[in-house]
Amino acid sequence: MYMFITLKQKSGKLMEIPKSFLGYKRENGRAGTRNHVIILPVDDISNACAEAVANNIKGTIALPHSYGRLQFGADLELHFRTMIGTGSNPNVAAVIVIGIEPKWTKRIVDGIAKTGKPVEGFHIERTGDIGTVMKASKKAQEFVMWASEKQREECPISDLWISVKCGESDTTSGLASNPTVGNLMDKLEPLGVHLCFGETSELTGAEKVCATRGATKEASDKFMKTWSSYNDFILKEATDDLSESQPTAGNIAGGLTTIEEKAFGNFQKIGDCKFIDVLEPAEEPKKGKGLYFMDTSSAAAECVTLQAAAGFNIHLFPTGQGNIVGNPIEPVVKLTANPLTVKSMGEHIDCDVSKILSREMNLSEAGDKLIETTLRVANGRLTCAEALGHKEFVMTKLYRSA
Amino acid sequence: MATDIIIHDKKDNVGVVVIEKITPKQDCKCWIMEDDSSTDIQSMDEIPLGHKIAMTDLKEGDTILKYGHDIGKVVKSIKKGEHVHVHNVKTKKW
Repeated sequence: MYMFITLKQKSGKLMEIPKSFLGYKRENGRAGTRNHVIILPVDDISNACAEAVANNIKGTIALPHSYGRLQFGADLELHFRTMIGTGSNPNVAAVIVIGIEPKWTKRIVDGIAKTGKPVEGFHIERTGDIGTVMKASKKAQEFVMWASEKQREECPISDLWISVKCGESDTTSGLASNPTVGNLMDKLEPLGVHLCFGETSELTGAEKVCATRGATKEASDKFMKTWSSYNDFILKEATDDLSESQPTAGNIAGGLTTIEEKAFGNFQKIGDCKFIDVLEPAEEPKKGKGLYFMDTSSAAAECVTLQAAAGFNIHLFPTGQGNIVGNPIEPVVKLTANPLTVKSMGEHIDCDVSKILSREMNLSEAGDKLIETTLRVANGRLTCAEALGHKEFVMTKLYRSA
Repeated sequence: MATDIIIHDKKDNVGVVVIEKITPKQDCKCWIMEDDSSTDIQSMDEIPLGHKIAMTDLKEGDTILKYGHDIGKVVKSIKKGEHVHVHNVKTKKW
C-alpha cells in the first residue's frame, strides 16, 4: 500500500524505504503517531484532580508530576516550556489543563492553543477538587469522543520527528545497538526527518569529537559551551568520583569501565550525521529538517520527557542491560544487541539486533530492521513499553524553588 | 564466522567479549571491525559477555584505547589476555 523511495547507499547498494506512514494530521500541519487526550496538571497539588478526571473519562490519560509551585527564573521557564510543549506535541489530540490558580493555568492553555487543537483550563481555588473534577470531566468526555473519530491518514515520512536516547548501556550498546540507530539516522536524514540526540553529561570524554560534528562553527561552539556548563555543574556538586552514578552500576555490570568509554558508545547513535543546532531542554527545533542536539540530563525519563515536549513524535531507545522506560505521549521503541537481555527480558524489546554480535547480521541489515519496526510503531503498533503500561513523565528541575 | 571478541579499531588495545563468557587459556578469535580483519588471543582470565580483554601488556599510567580513542588510564598493570575493568582502569575525567 505504500510508495517507496529508492536510496543509493554508500556501499552502492540500493534500498527501498517507505515514503509514508499512517499518522494523525493536526491543525498546525504536524502529524502524530498517537491520538492521546491528556489531562495535564500545572502543579503537584493538582495531580489528584487530574487523575480523578482520567479515572472518570475512559481513553484519557493524566500526566502527574512533582513540580510547578514557587519555581522562578530559568527553572520556571523550563517548567512552562515542558508543559506547553507536551500539550502541543502532535501525538496529543486535545488537552485539559488543571492548576491550583487561574494565572499559570491560563498561560499554559494559551501556549497550547497556538497549535489550534482543542484545549481548556480549569483551576481549583474557589471551586475545590470535586467541582473542578466535575467540570473538567464533562469537557474531557467531549474531547475524547471528538478525538475518537480521528482517522489515520497517509503522511510523508518527513513528518516523523525521531528522538533517540540510550539507557542501561553496556559494551554491546556501543558495538551494535547504538550504531544500528546511527545507521537508521544515516538512511532517514536525507528523507527530511527531524532527529534529536541529547545526554549532555554522557558525552563526557567524547565531547571534543562530538563538537567536530556540528554542521557549522556556530553549532560546534554552542555545543562546547553547553557541555562545559553542564560539566562545571557536575564538578561543583560532585562529592566523589561519581562511580556508580556515571557509569551506573548496571553499566559497570555490563562491562563499561569509564564515562569516556560510555560516551564514545553513546555517540555511535548519530551515525555520520552532523547536528545543525543545539537546543535548550524542551526547546522546539526551528531550523527545519535535520539532526539537533538537546541539552538534557542522561536519566532516561527526564531526557525523553524533554524531547517529547520539543515535539518529537517517536523515540528510539537502544539498551544493553535492559532499561524499561516509556513515555505517556511519545512511543519508545526499544532495541538491544545483548542476547542475555533478549533472553531474560524479551517482553521489553521491540527490535532484537543481537545477531550483529554473532555476525549473522550486519549493521545495514540491522538498520533496515529498525526502520521497519519504527514505521510499524508510527503506524500504530503498540511498543512493548506501551503494552506494559510504562508512562514515565519526569519534569527536569534546574534548582530549588523560592 | 564465529567470533569471540570484537575490537572496534585497529589502534585499540582492548577487545570486547561477545559470547556468554570466555574461560582461562581459551584460544579466542577476534574480529577487528574497522578493517574487517582477524586476529587471535589466548585469555588469562574468565571474562563475561560485554567485558574487555587486554590485547597487549599494559603498565600503570598507560592509556586504554577503544573506538581508537582514549577511554581512561591503567591504575594497576595488566597482562595480555587479562580482564580489563574498574579494578585496573579509571577515568581521566571526574
